[in-house]
Amino acid sequence: MKARVHIFLKDSVFDPQGNTIAQMLRRTGFEKVHGVRMGKVIDVETTHQVAAEALSEVKKMCEKILTNPVIESYRVELMES
Amino acid sequence: MKAAVITFPGSNCDDDCVYALEEVCELSVDRIWHKHEVDLSPYSLIVLPGGFSYGDYLRCGSLAAFSPIMNLVRAASDRGQLILGICNGFQILCEANLLPGALVPNSSLRFICKDVTLKVENNLNPWLNAFKVGDVLTLPIAHGDGRYVIGDQAQAAKAQKILSYCDAKGALVDGANPNGSFDFVAGMVNEKGNVFGLMPHPERAADLRSLHGRKLFESIINHLREKASA
Amino acid sequence: MRNSDSTPSTVEMAIELGLSREEYAYICRKLERKPNFAELGIFSAMYSEHCSYKSSKRYFKRFPTTGKRVLQGPGENAGILDLGDGWAVAFKMESHNHPSYIEPYQGAATGVGGILRDIFTMGARPIANMDALFFGSPEDAKTHSLVRGVVKGIGDYGNCVGVPTVAGQTLFHPCYTANPLVNAFTLGIVKTEQILKGIAKGKDNIVMYVGSKTGRDGVHGATMASKEFSSEGELERPAVQVGDPFTEKLLLEATLEVAEQNLVVGIQDMGAAGLTSSSFEMAHRGASGLELNLDAIPQRETAMSAYELLLSESQERMLLVAEPKNLEKLKAIYDKWDLHAEVIGKVTEGSRVKMFSKGELVVDLPIELVVEPPMPERPQAAPSDLKQRWFLERNRMLATPLETKVLSLLKSLNFADVSPIIHQYDSMVGNRTLATVLDDASVLRLREIKSKNIRLALATDCNPRVCWLWPQEGGRRAVAEAALNVALRGAEPIGITDCLNFGSPENTEVMWQFAECVEGISQTCDFLKVPVISGNVSFYNETDGKPIYPTPMIGMVGVIEDNLPLPLSYCFSTELELGLIGPLVGGLGGSLFASEFFGRDCGQPEETDLTIVDRMIKWCQVIRRKKMTLALHDAADGGLLAACLEMAFRSPHECTGISLEIPHEADVDSFLFGETIPRVIAAYEPVERVDLEATSSRGGLKFHPIGSVNDSGRLKIFQGSAVVLDLAMKDIRSRWEQKYKVFF
Repeated sequence: MKARVHIFLKDSVFDPQGNTIAQMLRRTGFEKVHGVRMGKVIDVETTHQVAAEALSEVKKMCEKILTNPVIESYRVELMES
Repeated sequence: MKAAVITFPGSNCDDDCVYALEEVCELSVDRIWHKHEVDLSPYSLIVLPGGFSYGDYLRCGSLAAFSPIMNLVRAASDRGQLILGICNGFQILCEANLLPGALVPNSSLRFICKDVTLKVENNLNPWLNAFKVGDVLTLPIAHGDGRYVIGDQAQAAKAQKILSYCDAKGALVDGANPNGSFDFVAGMVNEKGNVFGLMPHPERAADLRSLHGRKLFESIINHLREKASA
Repeated sequence: MRNSDSTPSTVEMAIELGLSREEYAYICRKLERKPNFAELGIFSAMYSEHCSYKSSKRYFKRFPTTGKRVLQGPGENAGILDLGDGWAVAFKMESHNHPSYIEPYQGAATGVGGILRDIFTMGARPIANMDALFFGSPEDAKTHSLVRGVVKGIGDYGNCVGVPTVAGQTLFHPCYTANPLVNAFTLGIVKTEQILKGIAKGKDNIVMYVGSKTGRDGVHGATMASKEFSSEGELERPAVQVGDPFTEKLLLEATLEVAEQNLVVGIQDMGAAGLTSSSFEMAHRGASGLELNLDAIPQRETAMSAYELLLSESQERMLLVAEPKNLEKLKAIYDKWDLHAEVIGKVTEGSRVKMFSKGELVVDLPIELVVEPPMPERPQAAPSDLKQRWFLERNRMLATPLETKVLSLLKSLNFADVSPIIHQYDSMVGNRTLATVLDDASVLRLREIKSKNIRLALATDCNPRVCWLWPQEGGRRAVAEAALNVALRGAEPIGITDCLNFGSPENTEVMWQFAECVEGISQTCDFLKVPVISGNVSFYNETDGKPIYPTPMIGMVGVIEDNLPLPLSYCFSTELELGLIGPLVGGLGGSLFASEFFGRDCGQPEETDLTIVDRMIKWCQVIRRKKMTLALHDAADGGLLAACLEMAFRSPHECTGISLEIPHEADVDSFLFGETIPRVIAAYEPVERVDLEATSSRGGLKFHPIGSVNDSGRLKIFQGSAVVLDLAMKDIRSRWEQKYKVFF
């Protein structure tokens, strides 16, 4: 089972990359851009067969290793194989 | 003979380039702010210096490639003027498609600042004519995203590697490639040979360290002088 | 937010925000009313130890702070020394300890950001950074991630802004396990006519906010740095500040343009306690009042209260004061660099700061009450177990074979190659770096000064073991060692900055340590005529009542005003003799060796004889003028043996070997491992020996031949004709090189 993890800086944390990208987009003609936040996507392939187990374990991976809980939040979704 | 050094927001080595060209090589230099869309045709050499333009945000050099000045740099390149991209400048040239390929994070995933040895692969160009093929020079690198990768083979075939990372004896062996670059690429020129991008910093070795940077700049000046008198 | 800005405060709220009952009562008495919630926030930040220095201020008058070069002493954002010919140098060191424990990467990065701003706010272009890092036991689970995060944070921020990181020190000791220290130093150069100050004056002058928008980052960061951590329950987790080095670079260039064009009356960065500290401090220095409209502040979050706007520690922001006629020119410069620049108020006569939010007067305070909190009583008491600490089992040492002793020193994590760290920093940007810490002291050339040859040498120093065993000696020695380091590279020491890291000032032993360290530092500064021109204090570095060792970091600057070649610090050939200049033996008390051997810090450190330090500094000047072919290196941590090995490791010849001959009159351990300042190792060509001996003698210093450098590839130690140690240099070197690599 494959899980896709979306990781972003928490809303309360300033995102300088997103901020700068937004400014550049507006400057190159995409004037309606209101805000940009940059995150990362990590796809984790596991040998789990049961969805609930895969999800639970990937969440543990997020808490322990894949994210920095001080400044990042995440969401996990299971992918169609 | 005048050179232009372009400053993007976040360029750090613009001052160092101006110093090396003006004070060490005694060339007349104009500094150009990226928003000033000045006519670049009077310049014999246009330099995109090192640094962290736009903080390296999104991808290194990606946002600077959309800077107003880059349209004029592209036009200058089409006219055959000499364009030199150092470190972040090399990254900007790749993002702007003036050179093929891309620079991605070093395979060690760490920033590296140190002197490296480089081999001259080709000296029939405006950039390295003061050296002999096979010469080993020493220049400093300072980058976190210096691993050169090619996009597709067809694109890569149009360009030419003129400078390789090598060991002290000039061999392209394991351990001599500081960042995992494809084919040990340290510096590339475009098909016409008028655009040169390199990750090492010649301006940091113009009157300090190995002084090989000065020889690189003198190659450029020699070429321009010969062209002028021809 | 539970309370709105104008809610009247209570003593409970005050205590929750870190004020004491006495402080709250004092405020109410002086104001003749209760402060409202927003005003309470101001007091809680400004009365914090970090902002007010209330526990340490009274000791600063001991420091010598004047001298012929001093253009700006302590009291501004950075100190400034005159270099002559219209140029000056600004420098300071600061701590960012508590945030680095919570989020190592951002804590360290924003620490660098803060100190950079302190320099360019004076109109100076930052040209060099140094950092001093203290971490705990590598066995502790968190240490590895702290080391990685901090080093990457410092590197990424400094590299991106384009300021080279050229020197520093790293030390591992269990006392820092839950309280790592990150001290960042920046030095900048400025034309004396372009020096800026953090001052607000001139009735009706405009107050402008420039830089990034304000968010809720780090609200109450200053109070966090003024409380200790507790291991029970949750650590405080204020919104972590994220640094944006790109915006910092833009702000730097914009500020220097503004300085060059003489457009401001005063400017200051918004650091700890953000807008609050910058506004009140600038007004205080200018003996003026301010009126600010908080609604004009560029905000990146919605519905921010006055309290939040005042205490936000969003990074990369500055406050400036200018004459109204310069407004358009200022806006043009900030617009060029894509930075927000908004008028948010004006300078007034009098001595109050008034702030409006949503049309209402929400803050109305007398400046002096805010910037001058009552100084609490902080009693001191020397520890009762000093004699036990000083006890050192000499007999056990004497009974142990030499090889065992040497190996125990060599395996110390504090005898290690720092290259894995320093190669992650761009040390060359700016085209000024001639040497980095890999050569003892960093040396920079000032290529912009055309009228004369001028180079600067920079070094940091502090030995916390010695500071814990004998604080006064620790303070004395830190300055002496730093002065010696710059002198060895040919410089004349001209000034220092300090970053004093200690435990809680409410702990009587900590307060005693603080007072004693200040005294020691001052003694050396007085003797060598080197003023303290700026500094920082970080208290509350402790967890569960256990303080760190006293760690008074010194940042030393020296100047070289000629173009003589720099003395080398390593074995440049394999046919050299080795000599020791200074005392034949060193004190074992407080030495790295004693700590490794006994598994605890012990012994009474030997007192630094400042007369000899002074002679050594002068001797360095005599030696360099003679242009002798030699290399010099000081014997510091690890003593003489470690120093000789370091000189060999940095040699370009792989086969370099060292032979040491223990003089028959010397105690072996004290000779090889003792640490007394100053002891300098010289590696020289045999033909120079006579001259070297004579020069030392004329300089009032002892000279002892101690061995040679050869191409044997071995470390050999002789006692008489007997070989008492024979080890392969390759093995020692490879272990030395690997130690820090394991962290990355």
